[in-house]
Amino acid sequence: MSSLNILGLNLELLLNEGWGEALLIGLYRSLTIAFGAFALGLVIGIFASVGKLYGNAIVKQLLELYTTIVRSVPELVLILIVYFVGADLVNAVAGLLGYSYVEINGAAAGVFVLGFVQGAYSTEVIRGAILSVPVGQIEAGRAFGMTGAAVLRRITLPAMLPAALPGLSNLWLIAMKDTALLAVLGFGELTQVTRQAAGSTKEYFTFFLAAGCLYLIASLISNVVSRRLEVWARRGLPQDIRA
Amino acid sequence: MSLSSDAVASPEALHVEGIRKSFGSHEVLKGIDLTALQGDVVAIIGGSGSGKSTFLRCLNFLEHPSAGTVRINGEDISLKPDGHGNLAPSSGAQIRRIRSRLAMVFQSFNLWTHMTLLENVIEAPVRVLGLERKEAVLQAEDLLNRVGLGHKIHEYPSFLSGGQQQRAAIARALAVNPYAMLFDEPTSALDPELVGEVLKVITALAEEGRTMVLVTHEMAFAREVASKVVFLHNGRIEEQGAPAELFGNPQSERLARFLGNFQ
Ligand SMILES: Nc1ncnc2c1ncn2[C@@H]1O[C@H](COP(=O)(O)OP(=O)(O)OP(=O)(O)O)[C@@H](O)[C@H]1O
Ligand SMILES: [Mg+2]
Repeated sequence: MSSLNILGLNLELLLNEGWGEALLIGLYRSLTIAFGAFALGLVIGIFASVGKLYGNAIVKQLLELYTTIVRSVPELVLILIVYFVGADLVNAVAGLLGYSYVEINGAAAGVFVLGFVQGAYSTEVIRGAILSVPVGQIEAGRAFGMTGAAVLRRITLPAMLPAALPGLSNLWLIAMKDTALLAVLGFGELTQVTRQAAGSTKEYFTFFLAAGCLYLIASLISNVVSRRLEVWARRGLPQDIRA
Repeated sequence: MSLSSDAVASPEALHVEGIRKSFGSHEVLKGIDLTALQGDVVAIIGGSGSGKSTFLRCLNFLEHPSAGTVRINGEDISLKPDGHGNLAPSSGAQIRRIRSRLAMVFQSFNLWTHMTLLENVIEAPVRVLGLERKEAVLQAEDLLNRVGLGHKIHEYPSFLSGGQQQRAAIARALAVNPYAMLFDEPTSALDPELVGEVLKVITALAEEGRTMVLVTHEMAFAREVASKVVFLHNGRIEEQGAPAELFGNPQSERLARFLGNFQ
């Protein structure tokens, strides 16, 4: 079929017939959703970890329930549940408000669903990191008259970063890979596009290997970035001999 | 200094009455009264576990006392039961305002490790007192110079010696132009050869008339700089007075025995 066939890889299909571009668009969508989900998870994680540490008994119980459930149920199941329940809820609310059927935006749904899952893991990562901040530094903030929110923003959160970053980088990698689960919802991210391309050309090996490489490259770049972030976050700390 | 826009300075920088504190069934403070006039240096001495740190922390309500009143610079801190048998400040705004001018220096320095010395020193003036950043930086450079750290202002605390860290912590405390400074064993975490440099800074502050409450195990230092020495024992003030009297002629057998440990 083509002249560019190396090691059983059909490069012609990738380079000249537009499938490569389709994969890149899929990758872009995957990364966008992963980024949105990771950011949403981070926001949930910050609030939920603070709630878990400093909230009242009811708040603590509810958050414990959230993190426990999300972390025990397989992600694929959660995604299906949250997606369909979420869609029903949105439509119920829309119905009440007198709107007709609302089409759920795939990307927004992906961000929401994955972010909800990520949030549970972020919560635990950040909670642990906050507990690693020497309590004296927090007390010093209070002793100088800072509000609780100022102590959190100026002291606790920046000081917990070195301990949180390795866990958070890991969560980012998971977020990228978990976008593949959205393929079950028919959302056109990298894995879904790959399946389509492979299906219609019957070049399974070529396309799944190409997709695997794209995921790998994205991860490698992420690792470089997170290494740099870690160095920056640790700027005030002596070199750790284990690092 | 730019922050000296206080209304009238009360002759009493600090006045507390009847401070009690229990942890569970263990009563650590059993009714402490103390007054520090402007410029007073009150040294609090006593054995380990006698409640010195607890008392100091009750002054700015890092610890909630079970009973008592605290007046700072003539202003009573309004209190309410905290639901755990202790008293909490009833106004967050008031206690934050008072804390922001009651600087505390800790045994373990407690500098913010993610901030340089300069950032540590300007943090409270800028974020809490609302000082212009530019002005705060000038003031911080000046203060860090005074404690001999002018060449380290952009360094992070963890890379400095304990003595340097504690001097930076003192500069941080001075930056809010405090009504009174609270020191909790500022030299106890230091190697012996670093104690002197920190005591020298504190002595200079005493000489310029700073009001200080100082928990210390450095008896010679207390004798030299304090205007009043308070000996805590079992949660009570066992004896208090001018350093010469207290150290030269202890009345109680307990104080005599305590001082004997330092001979
Ligand atoms: N948060 C707490 N919970 C329970 N007990 C406490 C707490 N803080 C202090 N205590 C107890 O209160 C007593 C007085 O402690 P405090 O730290 O005030 O003593 P100190 O005079 O400062 O001693 P040191 O010289 O060792 O610093 C001790 O018996 C201590 O165990
Ligand atoms: Mg103590």
